[in-house]
Amino acid sequence: MSVLNAERIKLLSTRSPWWCALLAVALPVGLTALIASQAQIDPGDNGGSVQVTQMLASLGRAVVMVMAALSVTSEYRFGTIRSTFQAVPHRTTALLAKTVVTAIPAMLIGAVVGFGSWAVFRAINSFPALALDSAEDWRAVAGQIVVYGITAVLALGVGILIRQTAGAVAVLLVYALLVEGLVGLIPKIGDDIQHWLPFFAADRFLGVQAGPPIDDLPLGPWGYLAYFAAVAAVVLTAGILSAQRRDA
Amino acid sequence: MIEAVGLTKSYGKTLAVDNLSFSVPTGRVTGFLGPNGAGKSTTMRMILGLDTPTGGSALIDGKRYRDLHQPLRTVGALLDAKWVHPNRSARAHLQWLARSNKLPAKRVDEVLEIVGLTAVANKRAGGFSLGMSQRLGIAAALLGDPQVLLFDEPVNGLDPEGILWIRKFMHRLAEEGRTVFVSSHLLSEMALTAQELVVIGRGKLISQSSTEDFVAQATENTVRVRGPRLTDLRAALAQAGVSTRDEGENLVVSGMDCADIGELAARTQTVLHELSPQRGSLEEAFMQLTGDSVEYHTEIADGPTPATLVPAGK
Ligand SMILES: Nc1ncnc2c1ncn2[C@@H]1O[C@H](COP(=O)(O)OP(=O)(O)OP(=O)(O)O)[C@@H](O)[C@H]1O
Ligand SMILES: [Mg+2]
Repeated sequence: MSVLNAERIKLLSTRSPWWCALLAVALPVGLTALIASQAQIDPGDNGGSVQVTQMLASLGRAVVMVMAALSVTSEYRFGTIRSTFQAVPHRTTALLAKTVVTAIPAMLIGAVVGFGSWAVFRAINSFPALALDSAEDWRAVAGQIVVYGITAVLALGVGILIRQTAGAVAVLLVYALLVEGLVGLIPKIGDDIQHWLPFFAADRFLGVQAGPPIDDLPLGPWGYLAYFAAVAAVVLTAGILSAQRRDA
Repeated sequence: MIEAVGLTKSYGKTLAVDNLSFSVPTGRVTGFLGPNGAGKSTTMRMILGLDTPTGGSALIDGKRYRDLHQPLRTVGALLDAKWVHPNRSARAHLQWLARSNKLPAKRVDEVLEIVGLTAVANKRAGGFSLGMSQRLGIAAALLGDPQVLLFDEPVNGLDPEGILWIRKFMHRLAEEGRTVFVSSHLLSEMALTAQELVVIGRGKLISQSSTEDFVAQATENTVRVRGPRLTDLRAALAQAGVSTRDEGENLVVSGMDCADIGELAARTQTVLHELSPQRGSLEEAFMQLTGDSVEYHTEIADGPTPATLVPAGK
């Protein structure tokens, strides 16, 4: 508990997390408002629903990744990771506390982005299909809370493994924004690989999707959520194990 | 008490610390002396469990650092004053450290007061001068009121006022009965601060002894003799098998103390204007001892003078 509190003080005593949080919310919600103001047709006419309000949530997710990675790479950069391990030599405890303290704000941001995007869209364009009246609808909006939380854990794990801000951020963003989309273009096996990629899994859980509907998926929405969480857990574990072995 | 047993650390091909064994006695200031690159910082990082030894171990009161419960209460350390987030205030930096070891929040204000940073406690640490950063680091080390303190080159880069402050501070800590282990590459500095010395070069132990013994053993003690006519005395000294050399109009005698030289002067009816014991330069002695083990020699320097031994006050 005291270690959690220490991490909380660390998080709240510099300004950059606040800026990241602001950006993580403003970017998707603001752009969603822009799209909503251009939308003419009720998504319900094309069999769509609340999911259209969540198309830009992945932008906030990218910012949360940067924020989470920074929370540990900046410690390596400034040497405070040594003070951290000096105060809490049990590195697993220290890093798990950091994980919790990174994931909770990410979940809050996810909640604001999910509901904010939906509310903004609906305030501008109150199509009947946008009402939250099914389990899928709720999953698409409230699901951002868990997805953002898990995303933060995954990014933190990558940050612990790579340690350098530039490297970690580049790997995360290039992967999430480019690689996952491009894998599908590989002939034959491309689709099969894509169906097992973590952010693809997150989007299947949310039901958010650009482009034509995808058939023959190996998992259902909740299966995909579990899979996404498992990937994040594996990356975080790898990070913690390597931090235990390496010199601080 | 800190005890290193067969401590070894290699980074790839570099053997930074080589089978190093020493002990730091309780309640004294022990200097950890060695030229640049000797392995002082590496040893301290291993004592704190930050770097894992390739071999051997370092124990604090019989325990590995990693096994200490709330370690800030047992060991305080300042290895690098820059290990602070530049955008965090001094107070916030101490607050998270205090909280991590369940130390009372008011302790933060106490240590800020002790090191004299109360006025700038809410300023961001990135704007601190080196001396202020050093004080913040010391405040952090003192947070848990630990009995054992480690400082890595605490006077490096400080101005004379800062150096004096640190020196007094070390003495104060020792007077309070704490165990202080402080590294330096300056023997002259350590001679003023430390009661015990652990000297290393190239990762290996050169000596462990009291500062007095080390200095006495390391420096050549000579006596300077001045007088209008020293011919008879010189002859008598030569007869006694004592070596002398001329330095201007002075005679420098090594291997005989003032009392004996005085009596010899009386017997040879020599008038003396001066008879004074001379201490060899500490730095010279240190260089002689560690000369072979200095990592980077300069090519310009004649003889074994290592350029990395910066003069006092740097
Ligand atoms: N993380 C590291 N990776 C590789 N080599 C290292 C590392 N840390 C130290 N070394 C090497 O180990 C040796 C000892 O370094 P160390 O910093 O412990 O010396 P030092 O006695 O503290 O020197 P200084 O007086 O310059 O601070 C040096 O040769 C250094 O280059
Ligand atoms: Mg050093």
